[in-house]
Amino acid sequence: MAASETIAAAAPSAARAPAIAYLATRHRVRVWEVLPWLLAIAAYFIFPDRMVFGSQVLVMVLFALSLDLILGYAGIVSLGHAAFFGLGAYAAALLTLRWNWQEPISGLFFAAAVAAAAGAASGWLLLRYRGLTLLVLTLATTIMLQELGNLLRDLTGGYDGLPGLIYTPLLGYFDYDLYGHVNYLYALAVLLVLFFVVRLIVYSPFGQGLAGIRENVARMHAVGSPVHWRLLTVYTIAAAIAGVAGALFTQTNAYVTLGVFDFDNSAGVMVMLILGGAGRLYGAFVGAVIYMVLQDNLSKASPQYWQFAVGLMLVLTVLFARRGLLGLIEDVARWIMPDRKP
Amino acid sequence: MTLSVGLNRSPMENIVISILFEGLAYAMFLFIVSVGLSVTMGLMGFVNLAHGAFAMAGGYLVLTAMRDWNVPFFVALLLTFLVVGAVSVIFERLFYARLYKATELDQVLLTIGLAYMAIATYTYFYGPRPQSIHVPEFLTGELAVGARTFPTYRVFVIAVGAALVTVLWYAFERTNIGARIRAAVDNRRMAQSIGIDVDRLFTLTFAVGSGLAALGGGLAIELFGLTPSFAVLYLVFFLLVVAVGGLGSLKGTLVAAILLGVCDTGGKYIYAGAGGFFIYAVAMVILLIRPAGLYGRE
Amino acid sequence: MDHAGPQTMSLTMSETIANAMQPTVPAALEIKNLNKSFGALPVARDIALALPKGGRHALIGPNGAGKTTLVNLITGVQRPSGGQILLDGEDITSLPQAARTRRGIARTFQINQLFRGLTVLENVYLAVAERMRVAHRLWRPAGAERDVIDQALAQLEALRLADDALKIVRELPYGRQRLVEIAIALALNPRVLLLDEPAAGVPSSESHLILDVIGALDPSIAILIIEHDMDVVFRFASRITVLVAGAVLTEGTPQQIRADARVRAVYLGEEFPHG
Repeated sequence: MAASETIAAAAPSAARAPAIAYLATRHRVRVWEVLPWLLAIAAYFIFPDRMVFGSQVLVMVLFALSLDLILGYAGIVSLGHAAFFGLGAYAAALLTLRWNWQEPISGLFFAAAVAAAAGAASGWLLLRYRGLTLLVLTLATTIMLQELGNLLRDLTGGYDGLPGLIYTPLLGYFDYDLYGHVNYLYALAVLLVLFFVVRLIVYSPFGQGLAGIRENVARMHAVGSPVHWRLLTVYTIAAAIAGVAGALFTQTNAYVTLGVFDFDNSAGVMVMLILGGAGRLYGAFVGAVIYMVLQDNLSKASPQYWQFAVGLMLVLTVLFARRGLLGLIEDVARWIMPDRKP
Repeated sequence: MTLSVGLNRSPMENIVISILFEGLAYAMFLFIVSVGLSVTMGLMGFVNLAHGAFAMAGGYLVLTAMRDWNVPFFVALLLTFLVVGAVSVIFERLFYARLYKATELDQVLLTIGLAYMAIATYTYFYGPRPQSIHVPEFLTGELAVGARTFPTYRVFVIAVGAALVTVLWYAFERTNIGARIRAAVDNRRMAQSIGIDVDRLFTLTFAVGSGLAALGGGLAIELFGLTPSFAVLYLVFFLLVVAVGGLGSLKGTLVAAILLGVCDTGGKYIYAGAGGFFIYAVAMVILLIRPAGLYGRE
Repeated sequence: MDHAGPQTMSLTMSETIANAMQPTVPAALEIKNLNKSFGALPVARDIALALPKGGRHALIGPNGAGKTTLVNLITGVQRPSGGQILLDGEDITSLPQAARTRRGIARTFQINQLFRGLTVLENVYLAVAERMRVAHRLWRPAGAERDVIDQALAQLEALRLADDALKIVRELPYGRQRLVEIAIALALNPRVLLLDEPAAGVPSSESHLILDVIGALDPSIAILIIEHDMDVVFRFASRITVLVAGAVLTEGTPQQIRADARVRAVYLGEEFPHG
């Protein structure tokens, strides 16, 4: 092509090498990235009696991670992400309870498929919209799902839920103990796998395109990007991951209720993500852990304290720490060492 | 839902009239609370999810005024309009004004945060259980209108709503300030360039809107009972009304409120279990076809 | 064809232009009878224009004449109410914006539309990745697409932006941001390039950078430039279309336009360079 002939004639500059180095190595796993996983394993040994709670934290990390894909990276503001969590949760529950399939890992796949289908369908319809319209549509969809669940009470158990779910031993060998040890490691393994899937996507050209859509969608159209398809793809993937989180929730609790569709769930996962820092993979980890630990401690004291704390965290984060805790840490690091690259 | 009983009418007719009547009362409540939200969102593009909290706070002020300070009902309503309206200005100046240029996500998060803080605070002071008030005698019972009887309080709510619609319409269409608001909703930059102080206008609109929300909350106590989670429970419906009606449109808010109010009431009456669906289904269909709402601008 | 002077035109604008064109090779970009109204307000009325391969065509007119609207119609940001847009003879009128870009139309915006939170390199990378059809890949790292990186860097080097490659766009001075805007458009290897006031907002100390770049653009690209600066227009364009109130007032060579009394009347008080 004529344009690139002209381009090739320009001499390579000294800036080339560092630029290539930046893009080419950005995705490499850094040493400190082992830390969260080491901490998670350490928790297994340090808090052996809190493993049931630990599994819930891991489930929420996964849920927040799925939200990060659409909110932090693609910039889609949805108030109804709990819909996919809930669908996955119920898919896993019904699979084992009504249809007598009790192998948990395939249950995850099934939940992912159900949630992905819902994500694709709703995304295709709703992602044409933005702003208040999208907020209201996503919110309404989730509420309608909840109402539907209530209507099909015989199937879903309504707000009382489906208790006493039973699963076959993990990988045919590891049976579940009363203290949730196996469940914790199970959840951790699932989180590990899906985290690296998300990480791969985020650092891919596709992920770069998501950043472009978030930063300036008009420009993305103008460079020939099929924006709607890209958004639909990431929305479906995020829905699938949220569905797996929901299924894990059901499996590790052996229980599910319609409360999984609550607005508090959609709002809560948003708080976790913002608290930790959206658009940064590990924001989900930081935010979810802090949120769940605080919830565990405060809501025992008084549910009002907890709700107030959530509200306060949101207000303070938005006003003073917009990029979350990880953003704050980054700012501090840059202040201490101003020569570091972005 | 209390049936309006008319003699010598077919049961079908009775049902339809009851649905329309109940729906209209619900619609008036939705309108009174939502109109402020619609205009402020149309004016500043600011997504305020704490609007329901102002309604809730308004309800609790009416409750306290009547129960603890022996203020009569009508005075309490006026009081809540004025006080919550005035107090809302503090919130606007302190929090909201900093986020006018921020992303929609930030606005959503901030206002949800404020709403949660409000709910928690009111739960702490008033407890989570539903509260009620004693409205004046003459507003209870039934009212005979022609050959039919209607629950008096609902007639009252409809009357208040109608009066407010008239006052607001007049203010919007016939006064200077109303013209300025309409201009600023239509094209903020243009309005600013011809000297309209949009920020000041917004504060005023915000105050009136929040005051009206409080008034709506006070009126709703007798209809639905009052709990702190009112702020979030009914928020969905306010958002639906605003989205379906179109931002910044008085007519839109009214039409959407009536449409959604009647559909919700009708749906719940006709399909006892699944009735809650209708309001969402209708709203979604409208939004999918006209994303800017019935009377919104692109 | 002499368009200057008060002669009445006996041919329509489209026919006149068609006559002026080589009949065998389709124009890089051709617009026929393009119309657009917002409700009752017409913003584009029967516009016709033909841009040959390698053409240098300027679009001038007073503020509000509809120049940016025309570019929006050509690129697909807006749909026309009537008329046709042909790219190398292919009718693209019903295609969405992204599809038209993929067929070879690129534009710059009057106000920069950049990915402000990303680095300069990432900005251009995105355009190159789309052009090379690898932007959808989510199973391998962006850093593994070496061709894309090389071409993006080459584009930056051609515009002397390579030193800013790793800077965040919003931290650059406006003039250099404007260059990034052009770099993105060029990275798409377009057949037709639409430049909407490329020097707008750029401090005069830096505007020569922009103008040098435009002057050095590949001769095979067909370029339509919207400009207010008549120096730039007369230096750069071989044909000029004058747009007033959404309609084409006249079209011709710079000499013809300069001599046209109607154009001068429209630009009341505007300075025309002599010579």
